[in-house]
Amino acid sequence: MLYQKSATELSAMMAKGEISAVELTQSVLDRIGETDDKVGAYLTVCSESALAQAADIDARRAKGETLSPMAGIPVSIKDNICTKGVLTTCASKMLYNFKPPYSATVIERLEAAGAVMPGKLNLDEFAMGSSCENSAFRITHNPHDLTRVPGGSSGGSAAAVASGEAVMALGSDTGGSIRQPASCCGIVGLKPTYGSVSRYGLVAFASSLDQIGPMTRTVADCALLYNTICGHDPRDATSAYREYPDFTRCMGKGVKGLRIGVPKEYFGLGVTEEVQKAVLDAVDALVREGATVKEISLPSTDTALAAYYIISSAEASSNLARFDGVKYGYRAKETDGLIDLYERSRSEGFGDEVKRRIMLGTFMLSSGFFDAYYKRGKLLQQRIGAEFAEAFEGCDLIATPTSPCTAFKIGENVGDPLKMYAADICTVTVNIASLPAISIPCGTGADGMPIGLQLIGPRFSEASLFNAAAHYESLVGGFNKIPAIG
Amino acid sequence: MKKDYEVIIGLEVHAELNTKSKIFCTCKNAFGGEVNANCCPVCTGMPGSLPVLNEQVVYSCIRMGQALGCTIHNVCKQDRKNYFYPDLPKAYQISQFDVPLCENGSLEVILDDEGHTKRIGVTRIHIEEDAGKLIHDDNFSGSLVDFNRCGVPLIEIVSEPDMRSSAEAKAYLETIKSILQYLDISDCKMQEGSIRCDVNVSVRPAGQKEFGTRVEMKNVNSFSAAVRAIDYEAARQIELLEDGGHVVQETRKWNDAIGENMVLRSKEDAQDYRYFPEPDLLTIVVPQEKVDELRAMQPELPNERCKRYLFENKLPRFDANLLVENRDRGDLFDATVALGAPSKAAANWLNGDVARLLAERGVTLAETRLTAAGLAEMIAAIEKKTISNTAGKTVIEEIMFTDRTVEQVIAEKGLAQVSDAGALRGVVEEVLANNEKAVGEYKAGKTNVLGFLVGQCMRATKGKGNPELLRGLLEELLG
Repeated sequence: MLYQKSATELSAMMAKGEISAVELTQSVLDRIGETDDKVGAYLTVCSESALAQAADIDARRAKGETLSPMAGIPVSIKDNICTKGVLTTCASKMLYNFKPPYSATVIERLEAAGAVMPGKLNLDEFAMGSSCENSAFRITHNPHDLTRVPGGSSGGSAAAVASGEAVMALGSDTGGSIRQPASCCGIVGLKPTYGSVSRYGLVAFASSLDQIGPMTRTVADCALLYNTICGHDPRDATSAYREYPDFTRCMGKGVKGLRIGVPKEYFGLGVTEEVQKAVLDAVDALVREGATVKEISLPSTDTALAAYYIISSAEASSNLARFDGVKYGYRAKETDGLIDLYERSRSEGFGDEVKRRIMLGTFMLSSGFFDAYYKRGKLLQQRIGAEFAEAFEGCDLIATPTSPCTAFKIGENVGDPLKMYAADICTVTVNIASLPAISIPCGTGADGMPIGLQLIGPRFSEASLFNAAAHYESLVGGFNKIPAIG
Repeated sequence: MKKDYEVIIGLEVHAELNTKSKIFCTCKNAFGGEVNANCCPVCTGMPGSLPVLNEQVVYSCIRMGQALGCTIHNVCKQDRKNYFYPDLPKAYQISQFDVPLCENGSLEVILDDEGHTKRIGVTRIHIEEDAGKLIHDDNFSGSLVDFNRCGVPLIEIVSEPDMRSSAEAKAYLETIKSILQYLDISDCKMQEGSIRCDVNVSVRPAGQKEFGTRVEMKNVNSFSAAVRAIDYEAARQIELLEDGGHVVQETRKWNDAIGENMVLRSKEDAQDYRYFPEPDLLTIVVPQEKVDELRAMQPELPNERCKRYLFENKLPRFDANLLVENRDRGDLFDATVALGAPSKAAANWLNGDVARLLAERGVTLAETRLTAAGLAEMIAAIEKKTISNTAGKTVIEEIMFTDRTVEQVIAEKGLAQVSDAGALRGVVEEVLANNEKAVGEYKAGKTNVLGFLVGQCMRATKGKGNPELLRGLLEELLG
């Protein structure tokens, strides 16, 4: 079936005229119709507009226009990325009816490249969570085992890509929200270098950590999608001003001489033995190909989670203040004056996890507490960044587990936020240090669930990450395997 | 018996800058316009929108800082000031907290006609964004919001508590306004709210060292309102103390229509703005060369100019003030004097007939054709008695609003003064013959009728007779 193929293959087939974009889009829409009742990845399916976009691409191709490799490829979008005129809910009751008046820069780039958008994908409310269970609208199930979570917060994106309900998807990653669900669902997910992908139009959770990134079934697809979305954007002041290579041509260079660092701190932290073994086996596989490995130390790793929850919650408390019931989204009924309108709209509109983080962040920014929390969080951030910089003097990439364990059961960690927060333990440091990292599948656990290998590189080293990841992918005979659903 | 009290005043002035676009987006920075027409996702704080700093705002702020002798922090950051209000769509204002662009300056204000001055400390100047406006409509019971003003760039100029009377506060505000105009960084249109201020007032018994408890007043929208608000608040505080009470630290709202203020919020309700560094914006870094370049652009400031007019041009305070008030007028004065025109004559024409004609026609100096060369030429013509002062009034109007030269106007309108005694003698004889009564009075000793007779001669010559020559002829013929 078409939906099972990689974007790279599909792109070549369309270029040769073997298939049409409409056929491909229809195949994905059919797959959504077939399995999404079970998977629950989508919040909005845009069948009509997707088919119209596809038909337009087919017409342009018929006229002999030169099209981008992304033309006609369906890319589904996490529902915290603004799509003009299409519901963008952040999986929150607060934005249950919000249709943005503008599109995010990444959406404009995808549209310019001719990509098709089949729909918007579920997430933990406002991207806060590690299981997709914090969605106000629906539970997303792991395609490998429907009783398990897909990870989060980009759980809808991961589940859609893994189940074939999407060829590719965009997620967002603030503390692991692309990589951890990619790991849980056995797909490829890249958290790009901070500043390489425009955040304009991404509904902000923690501005200094958020980054949009690609989620795909193959490394080549990941590079293809990253090619399309990266680049300077004058509308995002934190966007880096630099040139980017064609990442699809950065693979196949081998790993001979590649120096891989393995930080010992990432192999305690409640990381299960099977995950540790799978990750070290994957590193060994690369060593057999000519890479070298050495144990390194990132001593401040155990403070990263604290720094992360301070910085991200502080920024979130401010970023989410605009949702007040006045301008758009949810407004409480029959309120008594302005303060009551604010209080009740926010109390009724936000879910528990979002409220927890807003309260945490508000407290930590309060007069008298700022120095004890926010300032110390920023100091820890500096220290963690410096340790990575030092580590990269002795190695090219760092290999760690992505998630400390395989996907847990739905409901298993609900009501235990600290246990839930621990799911991010291997991924948050990357956001804290503004680095790029890719998660790729590296085997399965005893429960049959996927395990993820995380490769971390210095800033703007995506080309090197893709090359190493693609090499591993070829060693294991390819990643692109869609499980039977049900 | 009432004690003597000293009033302590500090001011926070918010001035809207006149940059072409807003502070964080490309929307036009313009007053008015259809409600919510001049805004974009950034102005309205739409989810996902991001600010991008307009560097002109930074430059304008630095120029103001340089004019006030501030230390310029060319490396600084922006911060979020968090609070909920419907006119603030992001629920935070992007401002500057602990490190402002400009700090530790001062400003000299001229207090009286003798040129006495006082130096007022300027604590800091920082950049920030303006909020929207709540509006009310008779057909709607709630409030409506107009976001057009969101993102209009502001600088906030915070003074030290150095002023001791409402008059000093007014002088300070007027000086700030004139500097903003000289730097051409704000339109300074008070009626459009482009300058607003918050007033801090406290009082203390004369001789006491410690400051009294401070009250902040908001909603002070004009300089005259500032004077009224300060006088009212000082009197209120003194009365409280005299009655054995004490002043409570609070924020009060000035209502200029009724001339009173009322409590807005007490110290206990003071908001915690939870300032933190704005993560959507990078550190501001202005290269030292740019700072130097901005400094080199600084024009002569109004106070320096005023002193120059008083002490170098020897102009009366009244004339000097009028010339300084409007930078274009002062510039034209300087250029005219540079061409040799006497200072007093140039000032008289610019502050008199020129100002009157501009007001009558509702135009600005820049919108007329008046040049320093034209004005100097006309003044020279009067000095040389080629034309009379009266004829000058005709000439000035023509050279302001038509493309004619002074020479052409004099020729076309036949304004050249008649200084030929032979030609004028006949006119004088005729006037004397027609005014027997006045002649009689003059001969009886009432010599002040001479002025009347000169006037009659001027009338007979249609203003062209040289009045001094006519006076001489009259005296001769009457003698």
